[in-house]
Amino acid sequence: MTISPSSIEQVIPGQGAMAQPSARARRRRFRFVANAKAATGLVVLGVYALLAVIGPWIAPYDPDARSADVLQAPSTRHWFGTTHLGQDIFSQILVGARSVMVVGLIAGVLATVLSILIGVTAGYLGGAADESLSALSNVFLVIPALPLIIIVASLVDQAGDLLVALIIGLTSWAWGARVLRAQTLSLRRRDYVEAARATGERTWRIIGFEILPNLTAIIASGFVGTVIFAVMSEITLAFIGISSVSSWNWGTILFWAQGQQALAQGAWWWFVPAGLAIALLGTALALINFGIDEFVSPRLRTGGRTRIRTADGRTVRMRVGFTPVLAPRAAPVPMQDTREDRTS
Amino acid sequence: MRFLLQRVAFYLFTAWAAITLNFFIPRIVPGDPVQSLISRNQGRISADAIASLRVLFGLDSDRNLWEQYVAYWGQLLHGDLGLSFTFFPAPVSEVIGSSLPWTVGLVGVTTIVSFLLGTALGVGAGWRRGSWIDGLLPATTFLSSIPYFWLGLVAIALFAGPGSFFPSSGGYEPGLVPAFDAYFIPSALQHSILPAATILVSSMSGWILSMRNMMVTVSSEDYITVAHAKGLSERRVALSYAARNALLPNVSGFALSLGFIVGGTLLVEIVFSYPGLGFQLFQAVGSKDYPLMQGIFLIITISVLVANLLADVAYLLLDPRTRKS
Amino acid sequence: MNGKVLEIRGLCVDYGIGADAVRAVRDVDLTLHRGEVLGLAGESGSGKSTLAYGLTRLLPPPGVVSGGQVIYHPAEGPPVDVLTLSPARLREFRWAETSIVFQGAMNSLNPVHKVSTQLLDVIRAHEPTSTAASRLARAKDLLRLVGIAADRLDSYPHQLSGGMRQRVMIAMALALEPQLVIMDEPTTALDVVMQRQILGQLAELRERLGFAVLFITHDLSLLVEFSDRIAIMYGGRIVEEAPAARLYAEPLHPYTEGLLHSFPALRGPRRELTGIPGSPPDLRAMPAGCVFHPRCPKAFEPCDERVPVLGPPGVDDPTRAVACWLHPAVAPLPR
Repeated sequence: MTISPSSIEQVIPGQGAMAQPSARARRRRFRFVANAKAATGLVVLGVYALLAVIGPWIAPYDPDARSADVLQAPSTRHWFGTTHLGQDIFSQILVGARSVMVVGLIAGVLATVLSILIGVTAGYLGGAADESLSALSNVFLVIPALPLIIIVASLVDQAGDLLVALIIGLTSWAWGARVLRAQTLSLRRRDYVEAARATGERTWRIIGFEILPNLTAIIASGFVGTVIFAVMSEITLAFIGISSVSSWNWGTILFWAQGQQALAQGAWWWFVPAGLAIALLGTALALINFGIDEFVSPRLRTGGRTRIRTADGRTVRMRVGFTPVLAPRAAPVPMQDTREDRTS
Repeated sequence: MRFLLQRVAFYLFTAWAAITLNFFIPRIVPGDPVQSLISRNQGRISADAIASLRVLFGLDSDRNLWEQYVAYWGQLLHGDLGLSFTFFPAPVSEVIGSSLPWTVGLVGVTTIVSFLLGTALGVGAGWRRGSWIDGLLPATTFLSSIPYFWLGLVAIALFAGPGSFFPSSGGYEPGLVPAFDAYFIPSALQHSILPAATILVSSMSGWILSMRNMMVTVSSEDYITVAHAKGLSERRVALSYAARNALLPNVSGFALSLGFIVGGTLLVEIVFSYPGLGFQLFQAVGSKDYPLMQGIFLIITISVLVANLLADVAYLLLDPRTRKS
Repeated sequence: MNGKVLEIRGLCVDYGIGADAVRAVRDVDLTLHRGEVLGLAGESGSGKSTLAYGLTRLLPPPGVVSGGQVIYHPAEGPPVDVLTLSPARLREFRWAETSIVFQGAMNSLNPVHKVSTQLLDVIRAHEPTSTAASRLARAKDLLRLVGIAADRLDSYPHQLSGGMRQRVMIAMALALEPQLVIMDEPTTALDVVMQRQILGQLAELRERLGFAVLFITHDLSLLVEFSDRIAIMYGGRIVEEAPAARLYAEPLHPYTEGLLHSFPALRGPRRELTGIPGSPPDLRAMPAGCVFHPRCPKAFEPCDERVPVLGPPGVDDPTRAVACWLHPAVAPLPR
C-alpha cells in the first residue's frame, strides 16, 4: 500500500523522504541501533546466538542421560528440574537452542532469497511475468502454511533439522515477495531509476545498485518475520511429533512433557522454561521488527514526546489537529475568549 | 461486481492449485507409506476402498500421470477422500464432517472476535498516541510471541483442573449427545471458553498493532486535517474519517493472513483435545493416517478460501472505490 | 476596507521543542481587513504554509506555535485570540469563522464518504438544531453556487474530476458563511484553464458574499491579478507588504524584485527574466543579519550583521512596508 505524501508533510523539514544523502543515511543507521526496541531485541538475539554456539558445551548434563532423579522440581543440581526419565531439562534447553536457531536461520535465508527473486523480479519486469509471479505468491499466501508444512513433513519419516528448514523456507516466502513487489513497483517509477534506464544501464545493475539498497529495510523486516514463523513452525512440528524426536529442540521437550502428562502430574517446570525461551526469542525478533518499522516511518514511534512542558510549567499534548501553543500566558492578552457561556 | 468476479476466479485457481499440490505431494515423496498401511490392514479393507486409496495416493503406477490426475479429480468430485485409518473404517469425509462444525465454531468465531476487538483497541491506541494502550503494546508483543499451544498448556495449568469451572479437555461433557438442547449447548460453551480465550489473547495483539500503525499513517492524510479544520467533534474525526479509512488495509490484511492464523489456532485444539479439525489432524499425524491428513488439509484450505471471499465482500462494502461497475 | 478581521502579531512557529527546535515562522505581523484578498507569496520553504497552518493550529506534530497572538474580530462581539481558545471553543470557531481550502484537491475529501455526507456533517456539527431538510437544501445551494449540479451530492470523491473536487472544497468552505477563507495553493494542482475558471468564480463569490481571503501561493503572477494586497515571505519572515499594483510596479525589496523577474509579465512592457540565484536558506542554519543577504545582489555593509525591521519605507507612505536596509523603516509597523 503506497500512501501519497500529504501536502502538509512536505512543509516539515527533515521528515518523510527515505532516500537521503549518505551522511544522513549514516546517521540514520546509527539511530536504528540507538532505537531502544531494536537494541533490546538485538541484545537478546545475540544471547540466543551465543547459546546456539556454546550451548551443547556448557550444558551440565547429557540431555539424553537418564538418572535416578525422576521428575524433580528445580533445584541447585537441576536448575530447571528433570523429566520422567531423570533427564536434566536445563541441559535440554541449552542443547536445543542450536537446532532452533539453525532452522530459523536456514529457513529465513531461503525464504528471503526466494522472496527477493520472485518479488523484485515481478515488480521490476511487470507485464505477464508480474501477473504470473504475483498469482503464484498469492496462492502460497492464501493456502494455510502450517497444515501444508505438517502434511509434507509427516510424509518423510523422522524429518531432520535441515529438511524441516527446507520445507518451511520453501512454503513461507510469499508474504515477503508480495511486499517487495509492491515496493519495487513504486521504486521503479522513481526518477533516478527511470534515469538509469534511459541511459542504458543494464537491468541487473539497476536492480543491484538502484533498487535493492532501497529495499534493505523491507528485506530485513521480511527476514525477521520469516525467522519468527520458521521457529514457531519448527517447534510446532516437534511438539506434535512429526520431526525427529531424537534430536533436541524446545518443541521436543514440550512433546515429551505433553506425552507424559506433565500437566496432570503438576510438573510445571517441564514445559514452562521451553515456552518462555520461545516467547523471549519471538519477542526479541518482534522488537527488532518494530525498530525497523519505526526506522522506516518515524511517525510510528510510540511514547516519544507526546507530552511537552512549556516554559511556564504547563503540560501540553502533541496531537494532530490542535497544534500546541507554547507562548506563556503571562503576556498581556487584551482580548479574552468571551464566549464562555456557550456550551460545546 | 468485476472486482468480486476477479476474486472468485482467483480463489477457484487457488483451490485448483491446492488440490493439485495435494495430488503431487504423495507422488513426489519417496517410499509408499500408504502402501504399507494397506498391507498392514490387509483383509480388513474392502477392495473398493483399496482402489480409492490407490487413486488418491498414486499407487496405480500402471497408469500415466495424466490418467491418474483425471481419476483423482473424478474421485474428489464424488466426495470420496478415502478411508480414515484412525477411525477405521469411517470414510475421511465423515470424520471431517463431524469435526468441521467444532472448528468453525471455535476458530472461526474467535478469529473474527479477535480481529474486531484488536481493531477497536488499535483505533484507540493510534488516535491517542501515548495513552495507556500504547503501554499495553510490549505486553501484547510478548503474548503474541508465545506459541498458541503453549499458552493453552499454561491456561490449563492455571485455570483448569479438578474442581475448576473450566474443563481441561473435550468439546462437551462426556455422556451428552450433541444436539441443540439446554444440556448440550451450555456444556459446549463452557468447554470453549478457555481455548477461545487462549486464541484471543495471543492473536489479538497483531491487530492492535497493525490498526494502530494504520491510524497513525492515516492521521497525517489531508482529509483528516480538513476534518479537524471543519470543527467536527473528536469522535467523528476519529471514527468516521480516520478509523473508517484505516480499516480498509486492515481488512485486506486480515484476508491475506487468514491462512497463517488458522494454521496456528488449529493447534490450540490439540492441547484442549477439542474435537475439531486441528485435534483430528494431530491424531492423524500420530497414527500416520495420510488420507485423513490430506483430507483435512483440503478442507482447511477451502474454508480459508471461503473466509477470504467473505472478507473480500466486506472490503467491497467498505470501499466505494472498488464498487465501480 | 472597513475594519480588521484578523490580526497576526509576532507569530512564531517551530518544528520540534527545545534544542532540536527549528523556527519556520518568526515574528510575523500581518493584518487582514474585511472583504480583502491578501496574497501571501514566497518560494517553497519560505514558511507561508506553516504560517497558515500555525495560525489555525492545524500544524501536525512536531509543529508548535511558540509565540505571538492571532486575534480574530467576529462580525459582532469582542475579538478573540485564536491561540488561547480551548479545544472545544476552537472547534466551534473553526469553519464557522475561518474556513480553509487546502492544497491537495485530490486528498482533501474523505475517499469513503459521499460528497453529501461531507458537506452535511460540517453544517450539522455547527448548527445542531437545523433540520435535515434545511441542511440538504443548503448543500444543494452550495454546489450550485460553485457551478456543480445538485445530483453530484451522491457522488464519491473518486467519481469527480480534480477541478470538481476543488470546487466542492470551495463550496464546503463557504457552507457556514465564514468571514475569512484561507486558501493554500488552491489551484496549483489544476491545469491553467481550470485554474482561471475557478479563480474567476472565486472573485465573483467574494464580491457577492464579502468574505476576506488569505491566498497563499508561490505564483506571484496569480496574486498580482487576483489580490488587493500582497505580502512576500522569505526565510520565515514577511519581507515586504504592499498593495498589489504598487508592489508589481515598484518592488522595494530585492527579493520581491527577483520574484517578479522570475515570470513573464502578463500585461504591460516586457521585462527581462532573471530569476534569483542560489536557493532558500536552511532553516537549521539561518544566516545572520538579513536572511536574504547571501543571495542578494544589492547586499551591503549592514546586511550581514543586523536584521532589518519591517516598516513603512517613508513617512508619506503608510500603505506599504518593507524589511530591507536599502529602505530602512521610518518607524516599526504600527500595531
